[in-house]
Formats: sequence, structure tokens, C-alpha cells
Amino acid sequence: MLSFIITVVVLTGVMVFTTPGLLDRVRLGLDLKGGFEILYHAEPMDTGGTLTRASLQKTAESLEKRANALGTSEPEVTTEGTDRIRLKIAGVTDEAEVRKKMKEPAVLTFRSANEGDAPGVYSKIELVGSDFVEGAAEVQRDQLNRPEISISIKDKKKFAEITERLLGKELAIYLDENLLSAPPTVRAVLTDGKASISGGYTLDEAREIADTINLGALPLKLTEKYSQSVGATLGKQSLDETVRAGIVGSVIILIFMLLMYRLPGVLASFALILHTWLLILVFVLADFTLTLPGIAAFILGIGMAVDANIITNERIREEMRSGKGIMSSVKAGNKTSFRTVMDANVTTIIVAAVMFAFGTGAVKGFALILIVEIVLSIVTNLYFAHWLLTVLVKAGALNKPKQFGVKESDISAL
Amino acid sequence: MRFKKELDFVHLSKFFYIFSIALTVAGLVFLATFGLNYSVDFKAGSNVDVALSKSVTLAELQPALKDAGIEHEPTVTIGDKRVNIRYDQELSDAQSETLKKSINKIDDKASFEINTVDTEMAKELARNAIYSVLLSSIGIIIYVSIRFEWRFALASIVALLHDAFMVVAVFSIFRLEVDITFIVAVLTIIGYSINDTIVIFDRIRENLRFGKQKSYEDLKHLVNKSVMQTLMRSLYTAFTVFIAAFFLLIMGGESIRMFSLAMVIGLLFGAYSSIFIASPLWLLLKKNQKPAAKTPAKA
Repeated sequence: MLSFIITVVVLTGVMVFTTPGLLDRVRLGLDLKGGFEILYHAEPMDTGGTLTRASLQKTAESLEKRANALGTSEPEVTTEGTDRIRLKIAGVTDEAEVRKKMKEPAVLTFRSANEGDAPGVYSKIELVGSDFVEGAAEVQRDQLNRPEISISIKDKKKFAEITERLLGKELAIYLDENLLSAPPTVRAVLTDGKASISGGYTLDEAREIADTINLGALPLKLTEKYSQSVGATLGKQSLDETVRAGIVGSVIILIFMLLMYRLPGVLASFALILHTWLLILVFVLADFTLTLPGIAAFILGIGMAVDANIITNERIREEMRSGKGIMSSVKAGNKTSFRTVMDANVTTIIVAAVMFAFGTGAVKGFALILIVEIVLSIVTNLYFAHWLLTVLVKAGALNKPKQFGVKESDISAL
Repeated sequence: MRFKKELDFVHLSKFFYIFSIALTVAGLVFLATFGLNYSVDFKAGSNVDVALSKSVTLAELQPALKDAGIEHEPTVTIGDKRVNIRYDQELSDAQSETLKKSINKIDDKASFEINTVDTEMAKELARNAIYSVLLSSIGIIIYVSIRFEWRFALASIVALLHDAFMVVAVFSIFRLEVDITFIVAVLTIIGYSINDTIVIFDRIRENLRFGKQKSYEDLKHLVNKSVMQTLMRSLYTAFTVFIAAFFLLIMGGESIRMFSLAMVIGLLFGAYSSIFIASPLWLLLKKNQKPAAKTPAKA
């Protein structure tokens, strides 16, 4: 009995104290806080070019940098499959501008300082991405084993002219408007179209630059496959409406459990509240993003979680009506209902797992929540609820069939 | 709440078979002739949802739509402080911006949700959905066959495909919009509606252990008894999920309305099929097994 009281009091305390903080930390999806999501299909700018995993990754990274540069909050960029990039941006004021900027291919330029440029500013474009031989930039090591980047340029004459003019001066590498690392200095006039760039780079930096040059030489063309844009007001409205619907639905389910099953119903309700709290906790800890279909899964899951309690309690009642004592009814009820509930839940998990494997975006999110929810409900509404009930019965707090909602007249003699 | 008399579910199921078959045929006819009312999720095009600070009429909105200068004629649905505009053609970024601007002239507090999909993407979504249904069914067949026996597996698959198809049929007959959340709803129904069926089958399996069922009458009695014993819990468990789906439908966000509706319909069919379709179907399969089982016993 003491362990029962302590468990209930401690859990209630923890839930009451932590819930407001947890709710604030749940990450909301774009459909709830407003923003837009675009799925891009990437293909090489020039026909005949190939799309590599690295160039897709690189393009995704440059999209993210650009989104950050545009001052958007937490852009999320992920690659999907072999040729897709998904971009999610929240809280954008000028959506049209952002979309236009995003679609432009990353522009690689080599620049020199114009007359009148402040130190560190390079505004004269000397070479553009298409001047480079595709895929030719690679990392090498010089005689002192320091990493350097070798490049080759298609137009040898042009490169010779540039290196001659800029001998001893700096030639800066830009991706879009971002200067990549410290600008290297031109040390010789190069006539064969080949050059190596060194400048005390670390191996990672050198690789990064080589990748960027290769990407710049073969930029990917992005086309919007799918887009979804939600206004912030509309998102808030969806969130409020759906949460309200969930609260009303849950309260009715709780009342139903109390009326139907009396004291065991109270235990089931407590397990259900614990289940909901744990689910929110998992959301925060695993950093899941809550979307509208996610909330729907959440709410449906509450209805599904109590199924375990209904099946258990009905079974216990049945055992009592057949004339068994309270303790043996509870034992038999817990045992047989456990198997039933597990079988039923496993089938739902099978479907959810398939949805997770085949689904994209919202479907995947929904399926994931459903799986987490079912697993949690096995812990709370099956194991935990069974335990609570057994403890109470053992302590003698539950000793009349009436407390289970069973009429004395329904009990048949053994 | 307990029935003293035994209801003959097996006998009653004959009428429900007719009902289900009739609805299936009607659904097939509608699907074949009218198909489904696909939303932009499945059709190339753009869907614009607008939340306004005041209600507008179509007459007020028309000039704004014309101003936007988009050639294609949209389908416009006006709701309370809400407008849905649907184009069969994808809107370009520039077009959606001009549309937003011209609607903002009517109501500067308007908030938009714009979805655009191209056909290739939509086809992929539909294909994945069909794969999901097939693969889920196979998964369930395997699991139920292992835990129970193949007759239970077959009967439960028929029941759950019935539930899923009924939802599709109702959506086709009433021309309700099918979007991606609809697919999620159908898949969830497949996963959930089997729960009730499993509860009843679990009871049949348990009752089978108690006594020897010699005749068809014995088996029939056993099925009726099992359905009866689990009837209230089947109804209650369906009820709690139904409550959740029902409140999502009447109070939840606009964009999951069709999802909630599909869930509500599916749950009703799920409870119905668990009681009247699945168990009698198992009995039908079991009955045919009887003579075959006797032969090895004689030998």
C-alpha cells in the first residue's frame, strides 16, 4: 500500500512540475507554426552531367548556408533518395524572395580586388564555375606534405592572362557572396591551365574547397517538386483547434473509464495521464517535430491506449461473475488480457512500421508517433496499470465486487 | 448491460454479408465510373487555403482572383472566414505571390496555406500507399498465422480489407476529397480495426480448448458465445477511439478534417466487421475443414 501511495504521489508531483516546461520545449512543425517546405528535384545543370551523392550533399549544404544568410530561423535541409532535397524554413517574412534565392544554383567565382576595394574585399570576377574542368579539383600534398588543391582551367590562355596580371596579388574564392577561407596569392604565371592552391589549409578545409570548386563547375539545377506553405496565423489556429479537440476527447474518455470501471477506472485514467506525459517527454528528449497529423496520431493513441485497460477490466469482471474471488480474478484477468492486448498491439505496430518504411514527410511522422505510442501504452496501460491494481488488491483496498462495477446478483456460485 | 439470451450472430451475419457485398459492389461501380475525388496531393495542381479575418462572398472574391492574372479557372469553396481555391495547374512562385497580394487587398490579415504538387510526386505517393496496404496485409497474415492459424488470418484480412475498402467506397460515393491524410487514415484503420477482431478470435481460440466441438452446431454455438462474451469490450474499445476521432472531426484543424472523417467511418465499419463478418467467416472456413480432418483420424 505504501509503495502504491509513494508511486502515485511522486509521479503526480513530477508530472505537475515538469509538464509546463516540457510543453514549451516541444518542437512544432511548419504546419503548426507557419513557414514553408519545398521538396526539390536536383539534376545537373548541363545535360550529360552526372549527379553524385557528394554534389547533392554539397548543394544541400549550400542551400542551408543561404537560408541562414537570409536570416531565417532554423532552416532544416535534408537529402532524400538520390536526387532530392527537402527544405523547411519557418518564420519567413518575404517568402517569394527566399524561394527565388534558394532556387538559384550556387555560384562559384574567383575574384580579384578592384581598384578602390577596401582590404579584404574582392569585387572583380576573374573566373566563374564553368571555367573549371569538371570534377578536376582534388586535394594533393605538396613537398612538405601540406594539403593543397589542384585545379585545372578549360581556357589556358585566359588563365595565363589572369595569373600574369595578378602575379603577387590575391585571388579570392567565393561561393555566392561568401568568401571561402583566406584568399591565396598568385605565385607564378601559369600557362598550362593547371594550378595548385595552397595556403596553410587543414586537410578538411582543402577538401571542402575542392568539393566546392567541383560543385561550382557542375552546379545542380533545382526544380520544386512539392511545396507547402502555411501562414503563421493559420498554423496557430490549426494547433489550437486540434489540441482543444484532443483535450475534450480525452476528458470524455477519462469520464467514461471512471463511470464504467469505478476504482480500476481511476487507475486506468492515471495510467493514461502518465502515458500522455511520457509521450510528451519522448518528444522532447528525442527532439521529434510535432506536426498536425502527429497530434492526430497522439489523440487517437490515447483512445487506443485505454483499450488495454478496458480489455483487462472486462476480463476481471468476467472472472468475478463466474464466482472467483477478487485476488484470483485480478490475477487471471491480468494474465489472459495481457496476451490478447499484445497480439492486438503487434498487428498495429506491423502496419505502423510499414507506413514508416514507405511513407514520406507527414506519413512518416504519423507512423513514428503511433509506434512510440503503442510501445509506451504497453508499459503504462498494461504493465503499470496491472501492477497498480494488484498492489491495491493485495493491500485489501479493493475487496468488494462493487468496486469493480460488478453487481452481487450477477455473480454465479462456483 | 449483459444479455441473458444468446444472440445468433452467425445467423444474423447472412444479412450483413448481403449488406457488405451490396456496398462493395456499389463502391466498385462508383470507383469504376467516377473514381475518387483526388485532392492536389494526387493531382498536379495547387491548393490555396486562406484564413480570413472576416467572411467574404464569391462576388467579393472574384475580382481579386481575376486581378491575380492566372489563366486557369480555379474551383473556389467559400467557408466561414475561410476560402479554398484550387487550381488544376501548378502555380509558379510569382503567381502565388500575386494571388496573395490581390487577396490581401480584400483582407490584409489573410493567412495562407499553399500546397503545390507535380504529378510525378503524386503518383509516387499513391504507389507507396498501395505497397503499404499490401505489405501490411502480408505482415498481418504472417503474424496471425503464427499466433493463431491461417483461417483466423484469412478471416481477419478479409475483415480489414473490407473496412479499408468501405471507407474508399464511401469517399467515392459521396465524392469526398481524397488527400494524403486519407491514405494515413486508411492505413491506421487497417492497423486498428484488426484489434477488435483479434480480441474475439482470442476468445474463440480459448473456448476451443475447453471442449470438443463435434458438429457444425457446436462450432456455431461456440462462435456465438465468443462474440457475446467479448461484445461489450469490442464496443467499448471501439468507442474510446471513436470518441477521439469524432472530436478531431468536429473540432480539429481544417487540414485533418478528411483524415478524421475517414477514421470515424473506418472505426464504425471496423467494429461492425469484427462482430458480423470476421467470426462467421472463420466459422465458414472451419466448417469446410471438418471432413478433411476426419480422414486421417480413420486411417
